[in-house]
Amino acid sequence: MRVPEHRGPAGDAPVLVAEEEVPPPPPPKGPRAIVWARRRRALQRVWRVYRKNTMGMWGLYILAFFGAVAVFAPLIAAGEGLDPTCPCTGTPYDAPSLRFPFGTDNLGRSVLTLTIWGSRISLMVGFFATLISMLIGSVVGILAGYFGRWSESVLMRLTDWFLVIPFLPLAIVLASVLGRSLLVIIMVIGVTSWPSTARIVRAQVLSVKTRPYVERARALGASHLHLVTRHILPNVGPLIFANTVLTVAIAILSETTLSFLGLGDPLSISWGTILEFAFGAGAAGGGQWWWLMPPGLAIVFVVLAFTMCGFALDEILNPKLRQR
Amino acid sequence: MSLLSVRDLTVTYQTQTGPVPAVRGVSFDIDKGEVLGLAGESGCGKTTVINAILRLLPPRTEMTGSVLLGGEDVLAMKPGRLRAVRWTEASVVFQGAMHALNPVQRIGDQIAEAIVIHGQAGQREAIVRVGALLEQVGLPPRRLYDYPHELSGGQKQRVMIAMALACAPSLVIADEPTTALDVMVQAQVLKLLKELQRELGLAMLFITHDLSVLVEVCDRLAIMYAGRIVEEGPAVPVFEDPAHPYTRALSGAFPQIGNQRFRKAPSGLGGDPPYPGDVPPGCSFHPRCPVAFEDCPTIDPPLFPAGEGRRAACLLVDQKAKETVEAAP
Repeated sequence: MRVPEHRGPAGDAPVLVAEEEVPPPPPPKGPRAIVWARRRRALQRVWRVYRKNTMGMWGLYILAFFGAVAVFAPLIAAGEGLDPTCPCTGTPYDAPSLRFPFGTDNLGRSVLTLTIWGSRISLMVGFFATLISMLIGSVVGILAGYFGRWSESVLMRLTDWFLVIPFLPLAIVLASVLGRSLLVIIMVIGVTSWPSTARIVRAQVLSVKTRPYVERARALGASHLHLVTRHILPNVGPLIFANTVLTVAIAILSETTLSFLGLGDPLSISWGTILEFAFGAGAAGGGQWWWLMPPGLAIVFVVLAFTMCGFALDEILNPKLRQR
Repeated sequence: MSLLSVRDLTVTYQTQTGPVPAVRGVSFDIDKGEVLGLAGESGCGKTTVINAILRLLPPRTEMTGSVLLGGEDVLAMKPGRLRAVRWTEASVVFQGAMHALNPVQRIGDQIAEAIVIHGQAGQREAIVRVGALLEQVGLPPRRLYDYPHELSGGQKQRVMIAMALACAPSLVIADEPTTALDVMVQAQVLKLLKELQRELGLAMLFITHDLSVLVEVCDRLAIMYAGRIVEEGPAVPVFEDPAHPYTRALSGAFPQIGNQRFRKAPSGLGGDPPYPGDVPPGCSFHPRCPVAFEDCPTIDPPLFPAGEGRRAACLLVDQKAKETVEAAP
């Protein structure tokens, strides 16, 4: 219904005609709204504890910085700076100057631009590889821990097998067989880094599944799927989350390693590929420190920041480590 | 036909050190609307019996005999049928309510879980029913949205009772529903259970080691020792005039205030119940029995009739019974 507007004498503010209008009663809160209010409060509680953790906060600041750089890369540094034929490039091997704060590479491209754009690929690979790793690790860990017996034996031997085969040779073989592309790099890292997650998750599931409320749910007539999704997973979730943050750091390092060895996607610039180009062009021997330092430091800071956040979360979400 | 009929049930756990027979041939019946109390010391197999009724035992546990629930043998059921029967025909009020609730779920959802799992209603409708259930157990329906840590011990036990009633089962198994509650709350919970039982005409299997509780609540009593039922009969006579020396020791453990007999001789029972894997030969109670005689270590007594509707597994009972029969012309 439209309420006719009556302008006041001055014609400024619209005045509503209905004068004795009673404020409507607050909308009845449905169960869903109440649940969300609770979740918000629980999150706020975790956040309050997290804020007191200096290490975790510094990690978060650093991550926020690199995250912003990755997201706003096109605004900070023009994308054509990556193209060696662009007139915006300078002379090769330029030392840091006002125009190129981090100097230039062998093609005259600004190392700053390269590093900024490299953060996108590095972080992306880190996140997606971790996603795959977490997915495999959680599923294997939950299946092994929950069902036990022969499925546990089979899955844990598989986990041990992935744990003992050396990561690099396997990654090299997989990357060279499947070809050099970003997707392959993500797959390779994801498929090789899940075993430790699987073991941690399994250990936690073993402890959760013997708790009386799981037995109660079983007595209710709950199916395995129901038990796993409603009772096991929510209680293992925080652990998986804390572990995820730590795994991102490892995934970023792995990406750098693979790219440095020339197994990365040559068309997408990541911190690892910058290092590889620099190394290939003899930057280390030629004294072009400005070419190696920015991506190297970026990797160090990001990995450090993820590790710091991971430890902080572990401390908060793992009741055994919490100080009270 | 009785609602629950357990016949010659044996349960043998498989452990690292070999098979352990926890229940060695237990038989009992519960009729509609009847309350049977199962009592005994810790480790005598009470909880194993109820876990066997819903088949909640570890996968490799051996079970023989039969458990007829509504005429169907639980031990022979296929997994799907078993899941359907759990909670709709028999539900459990677990011991230690504080642990039987998932700490990260609201209690309303946990009670509704039972209704939703069995497809009796959707989530929305189930929540409405849960509100009514909470009211039935004396909690305000707004408690639906609380988490377990926001409730007291007694309230949690009420939630467990509401949960047991969620699918309107005909049999409720109460596994030590009052342990870890203080005496006042114990009395409230017992009163509630008794009221609900009468109101809804429920059959109940009530398990505790507290005989005085059982006498208040139960119609009949069964006393277990070392995996067997050693005495069975109507509640009050069994408690007040026990036929088996073990029952006598148990009921003697509850002194009557003001009674000189209890004051002069505080009674108790020495020793520990036998380890289920190493039960003494003959009558399993004989090493601790104050009235054991030379036949006890060799003869394993079955349940002898011991008065009206009563049976007891003691050689002395049999002799007494024989003597009364012989004395009667």
